[in-house]
Amino acid sequence: MLQFISLEWKSFIRAASFQTNLAMKILMGFGALYFMAVFLGLGVGVFFIIEDMELGDPFEVVNRYMIYYLAFDMLFRYSLQKMPVTNIKPFLYVPLTKNQVVRFSLLKTVVSFFNWSHAFFFLPFSIVLISKDYPAMEVLFWHLGMAALIYANNYINVLINNMSGVFYAFVATFVALGAAHFFGWFDVTLYTAPFFDLLGSNPLACLIPLALLGVLSRAAFGYFRTNMYLDAGLATKQEEASTQEYAFLNRFGNLGTFIKNDIRLILRNKRSKMALYGGLFFLFYGLLFFTGAIEVYDGPVWKIFAGIFVSGGFLFNFGQFVPSWDSAYYPLMMSQNIKYQDYIKAKWYLIVIATAASMLLAIPYLYFGLNAYLAVLVGGIYNIGINGYLVLWGGAYIKTPIDLASGKKAFGDKQSFNAKTLLLTVPKILLPLAIYWVVALFASETLAFASVAFAGVLGYLFRNKVFSIIEKVYKDEKYKTLAAYKQTP
Amino acid sequence: MITVHELSKTYKDQTVLNIPHLDIPKGQSFGLVGNNGAGKTTFFSLLLDLIQPSTGHIDSHGVVVNTSEDWKPFTAAFIDESFLIGYLTPEEYFYFIGELRGQSKAEVSDLLSNFEDFFHGEILGQKKYLRDLSKGNQKKVGIVATFIGSPEVVILDEPFANLDPTTQIRLKGIIKDLAASSGVTVLVSSHDLMHVTEVCERIVVLEKGQIVKDIVTAPATLKELEAYFSGAAQRPNLETESPESVPSENAHLEGSSPAIATEGVAEEGEK
Repeated sequence: MLQFISLEWKSFIRAASFQTNLAMKILMGFGALYFMAVFLGLGVGVFFIIEDMELGDPFEVVNRYMIYYLAFDMLFRYSLQKMPVTNIKPFLYVPLTKNQVVRFSLLKTVVSFFNWSHAFFFLPFSIVLISKDYPAMEVLFWHLGMAALIYANNYINVLINNMSGVFYAFVATFVALGAAHFFGWFDVTLYTAPFFDLLGSNPLACLIPLALLGVLSRAAFGYFRTNMYLDAGLATKQEEASTQEYAFLNRFGNLGTFIKNDIRLILRNKRSKMALYGGLFFLFYGLLFFTGAIEVYDGPVWKIFAGIFVSGGFLFNFGQFVPSWDSAYYPLMMSQNIKYQDYIKAKWYLIVIATAASMLLAIPYLYFGLNAYLAVLVGGIYNIGINGYLVLWGGAYIKTPIDLASGKKAFGDKQSFNAKTLLLTVPKILLPLAIYWVVALFASETLAFASVAFAGVLGYLFRNKVFSIIEKVYKDEKYKTLAAYKQTP
Repeated sequence: MITVHELSKTYKDQTVLNIPHLDIPKGQSFGLVGNNGAGKTTFFSLLLDLIQPSTGHIDSHGVVVNTSEDWKPFTAAFIDESFLIGYLTPEEYFYFIGELRGQSKAEVSDLLSNFEDFFHGEILGQKKYLRDLSKGNQKKVGIVATFIGSPEVVILDEPFANLDPTTQIRLKGIIKDLAASSGVTVLVSSHDLMHVTEVCERIVVLEKGQIVKDIVTAPATLKELEAYFSGAAQRPNLETESPESVPSENAHLEGSSPAIATEGVAEEGEK
């Protein structure tokens, strides 16, 4: 057992994410502290917030929405929590019983961040409950029951991890129930709240989640134990491949070849698919601004901000990492008979097409008035004319190889925030805001929109010049990039 | 014709490759052997402009590879898996390379039909992405892709490793054919002395980045190389130290008579 722990410790401190420089580590430390503070504040504050908003008894309100809390937890786990199987392989050949290995792997999930982070909410909340004269015994047993449910989620996630069908069914049900609740057709919480209330009123009730936890942990153990073979539980999934021609792109010559390949890249790899879905998600980002949901965002300048993000979801999610998407086979690209300009242009066209598509998909924003949609259009034009190049340019400096097959690290690319890329966000986001702000201050809002769009058109007209500059940057960075991509992601 | 001028590659203070001069005439099948860390892959990477030389340069058919990109149209290489695109099917990969090399689909299909034997029914039409093929089959794809578009220079790093015996024999035939009949310069590196002597007209031995032997392949070459490598290891336990592929009886034979080893070096080792 001790060796296991020492191995874990090594894998932790030698992980690529720790090999960054000191400044980055300090920054990450502050980030972690910040999130802890936020969670703690939420845990303590949630009681008083509910009380202030006069939603009812805070304990009951929390119990009522607990089903959504657990569902969101499941959602996050499924998409982000790493499965314990990944490191099992090397242990198959060493003199340890399979039971030991499985137990250790499952134990690893128990100490995962996805479990203990909930303590930041439940611990302070329980303490506040007790201090507010809720019966201590009952709160404690409620707390125990909730912990058991969180851990039950942990094991459910382990069990369904390779069954995406089950997961999507779950998401669909959850979304449907949420929507039904929102529109007032059907309120699922009416049926689930009594269960959580029972946990809080009858100490014996906590046996139910504990029993569930027991059953699930046995099931997870048994599942791993029986599937601990290279061709069973430890096998990497293979999908059936189908050849796609995209023959209509052939007429564009080399450009078409690259675009074809990029489409395959995006559709056939987990990581790039996530970037695509993330881009779609950005479409909804504007709701925060145009519905007036958040007061700080009400200023007119923020409309441009929203417009850039609504139309630029794909641009920011995909474009930012441009040569890195090809990191696995960059040496091939660099030794083939390729014109750099074609390679870069192909990516650029892809970004332009996606941005244009986003602008079309954003038409429903007309609901919030012409100005809202105009902001999206102007943001889109600026994205096409200026940001399209800037992300490609910045991408040349991001030398993080991407593991296409895994979607796990999608949010953790620390190196994507180096000084040069940060500097490039100024023209990407701040410049259009500034243009808008200045023109709107001295002239009219319409003229301000027009000026931002004009900047985009201007950028578009100079595209050939810009492409040759970017080409030069890529060429200058070639050897460094090749060397960086050799490191395993 | 590939000419190397005062080429060296240094990392920090460690020189990993130092070749003052080397000529590889057009149409030669050229073999590079050496132990791990001898500089074989470094040399190939320099030839493909994947790393920058510390000093000197390589001239390939009149193009200095690290200043111009005009060598790309006539050069093809398969170094490792980073020359494959994992999410493509083999067919898509071949056509992709073909399009980059200005070959129509029909031309590529035509070329592929010559390799049906080589593929042994495990590559084409398998409904698998390259990332899901076995190492050996991936290698087959990578090697055949280098023949697309009639390149004049073909570079293959360790082409025999991971291949099954039948495929190794077929590959030897293909490489010999390529150099002999179509005037293609083939550069091959290998740890397998037997294969390399069978395939290459000329063999260069690298040791810690230096050329230590430059041999025109003759019937005695295999013996000579075996003698060199068992001597170079300079350890009594040859069975474990000599390259895996050397038949162990031979290793013992050569190892027990160091005289042969030194003789071999003296004969050909002019560098």
